[in-house]
Amino acid sequence: MATDKKPIPLEFEQPLAILAQNMDALEKQLSDNPELEADLDRMQEQYNSLKRSLYLNLRPIDHLAIARHPQRPYTRDYFSAWDPNWIELHGDRKGVDDAAMVGGLLEIDGIKVVAVGTQKGRTLRDKQHCNFGMPQPEGYRKALRLFRHADKFKLPILCLIDTQGAYPGIAAEEHNQSQAIAENLMELAGVTVPVVAAITGEGGSGGALAIGVANRILMLEHSVYSVITPEGCASILWRSNDKVSEACQAMKMTAKEILQLGVIDQVIKEPLGGAHHDYQAVAANLKAAIVLQLQELLKLSPKEVRQHRQDKFRAFGSFR
Amino acid sequence: MDLKDWFASRQKRREIQEVITQPLTTEEYCALWKQCFQCRELLYTRDLRTNLDVCPKCDYHFRIGALDRIEQLADENSFEELDADMRSSDPLNFFDTEAYTKRQDEASRKSGLREAVLTGLCKIEGQTAALGCMDFGHFGGSMGSVVGEKVTRLTEAALERKSPLIVVCSSGGARMQEGILSLMQMAKTSSVLKTFNDAGGLYISILSEPTFGGVTASFAMLGDFIIAEPGARIGFAGRRVIEQTIRQKLPADFQTAEYLLKHGQVDMVVSRNKLKETLARLITFHQGAGTSANANNSSENSNGQGSSEPKPLGARN
Repeated sequence: MATDKKPIPLEFEQPLAILAQNMDALEKQLSDNPELEADLDRMQEQYNSLKRSLYLNLRPIDHLAIARHPQRPYTRDYFSAWDPNWIELHGDRKGVDDAAMVGGLLEIDGIKVVAVGTQKGRTLRDKQHCNFGMPQPEGYRKALRLFRHADKFKLPILCLIDTQGAYPGIAAEEHNQSQAIAENLMELAGVTVPVVAAITGEGGSGGALAIGVANRILMLEHSVYSVITPEGCASILWRSNDKVSEACQAMKMTAKEILQLGVIDQVIKEPLGGAHHDYQAVAANLKAAIVLQLQELLKLSPKEVRQHRQDKFRAFGSFR
Repeated sequence: MDLKDWFASRQKRREIQEVITQPLTTEEYCALWKQCFQCRELLYTRDLRTNLDVCPKCDYHFRIGALDRIEQLADENSFEELDADMRSSDPLNFFDTEAYTKRQDEASRKSGLREAVLTGLCKIEGQTAALGCMDFGHFGGSMGSVVGEKVTRLTEAALERKSPLIVVCSSGGARMQEGILSLMQMAKTSSVLKTFNDAGGLYISILSEPTFGGVTASFAMLGDFIIAEPGARIGFAGRRVIEQTIRQKLPADFQTAEYLLKHGQVDMVVSRNKLKETLARLITFHQGAGTSANANNSSENSNGQGSSEPKPLGARN
């Protein structure tokens, strides 16, 4: 599943990319004039320190850019990394199979789980097929039937979230997008098995929360989670499309900030530069954290695990 | 058409044109008279109020505030407000073009309310009910921590007293200024409704103009009954967002109450003058059903941060 392609540099990574280009050019000349060796070493050092300082001081909008990176690992990548023989299950049993929502049975380190997650799609055709990771109501109903299956067979639930949000369209409204999300929120709150959710890219609004009512919520270091897309926020509050960076900042949507607000439980480390630099490493990190959380939650009785989840969400809010 | 008709219709056309160009000017003028948004009829405000803010000519339902709504639904002087003093803090220190705290004060000044929902216990045709009314006039009826908490506490109060729960929704969605915490209110309210539902409680959700976003995608759509007001616009994504996404114009009746009824999303569309009667009938119909049989298994969830002491409505400052 590893990408053989070189990571595409993002806008804020341009200085780094230029330095890397210069180094490549220098390296080619190295055989002719060996005295360049020292220069190259110096440049390498400069490159490393620039890289480190760049990634230590990321702005919220840079996190957003990494979270939306076209090479970022998606739900299927994680599923097949954790369990190459995972069994995919299709359809909402009511007429539609929404490709934006993937579901199936996985065995992770000996723990059997029912897993669902949003899928963005890699190639253009793939992206269209997956509706760019924005589920229709049928996608949420597909997830719901898998949650019910998990509850019946006492299997823990694992949700991977990477979506801009639920799809806004005519058919989505006609088929009652809001009811699909609301029902998921309600039913997921009530299941008697452990639920672990991880935000691997974008956690966008109700469309993310609909599979995010979990006992433990994890976030990858460069992922984001917000009540509305920053573009939406900027256009409503600032009435301008070029205030996205300000909106990112104001909404406090990065993993670190969400952790400080107490909404999530753990931030998972990513390889330097983001998950797309090393699929294996990020999959391993995330897997280790999920397994640990599941093991802990599996000690609770069915009634306790439901109560734990409901108490957790009962406490969210800030008022006087 | 003879000449007389032509003159008559010309007269009519002129009248229509004049009415349309008639501006809604000063506040005093607006206070005395209101123009119907639909048929452009000029209505005497007092008459309009006695008609429950419904245009007598074309049945257009004006938006009404939470206080008016309570007056219309609850028996006289029966409403006792819960959590009247709860106010939102500013967890994110949010600042767009103005500070969130300043915007809150401004919203309160405009609406005369502390938050976008009023909750409390009341009687509806003699039967006890927990009633929550949202007010679009306050911060667009948006759901932040306080709205989520008040609705949750109201549900817990209804659970404790085994009374039906009625929420009148009117909201633009989640409140962006409280960020992710606003989003979590969707899960919080849905979670407590799960408990309420398992305990056999009756929940009636009323959708009034407009109900959108995070509110629709949580408690508004979870009612045992979902009643919409005529003409109300209800949906998940706003019209503009959808038009931008799919790049085509939407039909005029898209996302109206009648459209939702046609697509099987609401139980009924009930006009305002029949609303109280309908609620009373639904409550009576379900009296004694459900609640006693399986109330024991989840009612323990209602403890903890429960509701504060009820306060009569007059006690608000």
